Amino acid sequence: MQALVIVAHGSHLNPESSAPTYAHADTIRESGAFDEVREAFWKEEPSFRDALRTVESEAVFVVPLFISEGYFTEEVIPRELRLDDWEPELWDSDGTSASQATLYAEDVDKTIHYCGPVGTHDAMSDVIVKRAETVTGDPDVGEGFGLAVVGHGTERNENSAKAIEYHADRIRATGRFDEVKALYMDEEPEVDDVTDYFESEDVVVVPLFVADGYHTQEDIPEDMGLTDDYREGWDTPAEVDGHRIWYAGAVGTEEFMADVILERAAEAGADVRDALEKVREATGGVPASGD
Amino acid sequence: MAATEAGLAPDQFEDLVDAVTEGPVEFDGLTVGYEDDGYVFEVPDLHREHLSVEELERVAAANAEWVTNWHFWTVVVGGEGTARRDFLRWLEAADEHTVQARYDAMEADGIHHEWGELLVTVELGEVGYRRYELRHVDDSEADPADLTVHDEPRDLRDLSKYDDRGRYRPLKTAPSLVDGWMLRDLTSGELKEALGFVYPATVENWHREHEGTLDVSHWRETAERQTGIYDVVDELPREAVEWVTEAACVDSQCLKRREWQYDEDDHLDTPGGDGTFPCREPCSLVVAAARKWTKLEEEAERTYEFELTPSEKEQLEAIVDAVADGRTDEIREADVYEGANRYRARYLRAKRFDEDGRLCGVPTEE
Ligand code: SF4
Repeated sequence: MQALVIVAHGSHLNPESSAPTYAHADTIRESGAFDEVREAFWKEEPSFRDALRTVESEAVFVVPLFISEGYFTEEVIPRELRLDDWEPELWDSDGTSASQATLYAEDVDKTIHYCGPVGTHDAMSDVIVKRAETVTGDPDVGEGFGLAVVGHGTERNENSAKAIEYHADRIRATGRFDEVKALYMDEEPEVDDVTDYFESEDVVVVPLFVADGYHTQEDIPEDMGLTDDYREGWDTPAEVDGHRIWYAGAVGTEEFMADVILERAAEAGADVRDALEKVREATGGVPASGD
Repeated sequence: MAATEAGLAPDQFEDLVDAVTEGPVEFDGLTVGYEDDGYVFEVPDLHREHLSVEELERVAAANAEWVTNWHFWTVVVGGEGTARRDFLRWLEAADEHTVQARYDAMEADGIHHEWGELLVTVELGEVGYRRYELRHVDDSEADPADLTVHDEPRDLRDLSKYDDRGRYRPLKTAPSLVDGWMLRDLTSGELKEALGFVYPATVENWHREHEGTLDVSHWRETAERQTGIYDVVDELPREAVEWVTEAACVDSQCLKRREWQYDEDDHLDTPGGDGTFPCREPCSLVVAAARKWTKLEEEAERTYEFELTPSEKEQLEAIVDAVADGRTDEIREADVYEGANRYRARYLRAKRFDEDGRLCGVPTEE
């Protein structure tokens, strides 16, 4: 038996924060890839502390639904899951290359495959592109378009910017969009000045966030000038300084994220081949990069 | 109900014969074995031996309850030693009642148990399969026609997300689950899934408590483990931890029974509550609130001087009380006898607050 536990942040205040986690978990549940699929949260229940005991399988794949490596993935999650032998070196990562570490959780007597966060997986670049397709309604979107990948910014975690750069670089290298930029909320280059950074008239803005919430639904739209008051909403696309801004909202809500979660587990040794096909069909996904 | 009416499906009998080839079956009063000269079948008040397989099938069909009961627990439920199995056995009090008594009870009216605000009913399905029904305890007497029927465990995840005023419920074990719905014909697996959505990990921790292996993390240990913005909570004075539990962990606010103390041998005075399932460590909501209280407790006390009539002082007390107990909604619009009535509160504000919202015009920092 094998179980998947998706660990995410959750919120005490915002009921939408956990919605993508549940949605992706449901997709994977329906694929039958795992005998058990469970969600666990830092701010909701089941807590990280109690999560592993809610599954019976002896092999558990833990996939963090987080954007970057850092405080949560390296410190909080392993500590709260009681992965006593964990140390960040086990991931042997440069900040965006963590894949998995195999550990033992004593309180539940299980083997835990602790995977890198979904946000740094190569397939995440495809999700960002998919998001651009979804928001423009154009499966071939790219030519004549600029793409802005938006991150929170350094704050407490330098790897957060690395994840944004990483995907911006990868997508730029495909040559699909005329321009690709990494922008931030809290540091230069800032998303507030999005139009300064693009020559293309059309710009798709994709925030690399797990869930829609305060930042993606209030801060960023107002800062970019899409609207004066987020409560009144905004147009897609919205005219800003002679550009058309296609604002995509949090990338984590894209259905194709379920594929990335499965990819993470597969790389850690989970037997999910058949399910990957099913999930790709369900999410309209494309085979992840590197396949 | 006569045993034969309960029926026995051919595959159930085959499973039994298969099991017997591995060794004797002994379960809940049923014994089936194979000896050199044939099968042995035994239930209370009946012992048959030297049976051919055809004879065994007839005897098994005539005593179908014992066989379907064995089949349900061994083949369908399985999971020896798991929380899931222990919980399902507990639901029908399987270790205390005979197969006959349980089948009769499940057939008649079902066997009922409360789990937090949930009422779980075990009913007998075909050929000994159990079917489970879930509804709110407040709907225990309700006519099913008056309830919204759901059949997906996942629907409960959405139903339990908001209270009856549409507000988000961040604490799943808050006693504010909405009523008016039912889930029926759940399999044991679906029941477990549904409970996991409404009250995550409660079955598992209850099971550990049963087994004597519940791992409790007390306040000190939990507070000291915190890092980042929660690093400060271990500075909260012990006395304040009492107030935290009084604020959050009492039955009126949370259905879990608090098992954690200040420290292993330093117990808190606040009673842990009467909930069915245990709370093994301070939850994230309590830790997050404690962070705020830790900061607030760092402030030094000051002396302020206010001019209030005795009734106005009592009115402030009534307001705090009403808010703390979540009663403001119940206070009638025109009930000016209630200190926490909205007109009374507005009158007090008009009279005693200055334009900056300061009580009696007294600046906060003085
Ligand atoms: S810490 Fe208190 S409020 Fe939180 S789950 Fe336990 S008993 Fe309930």
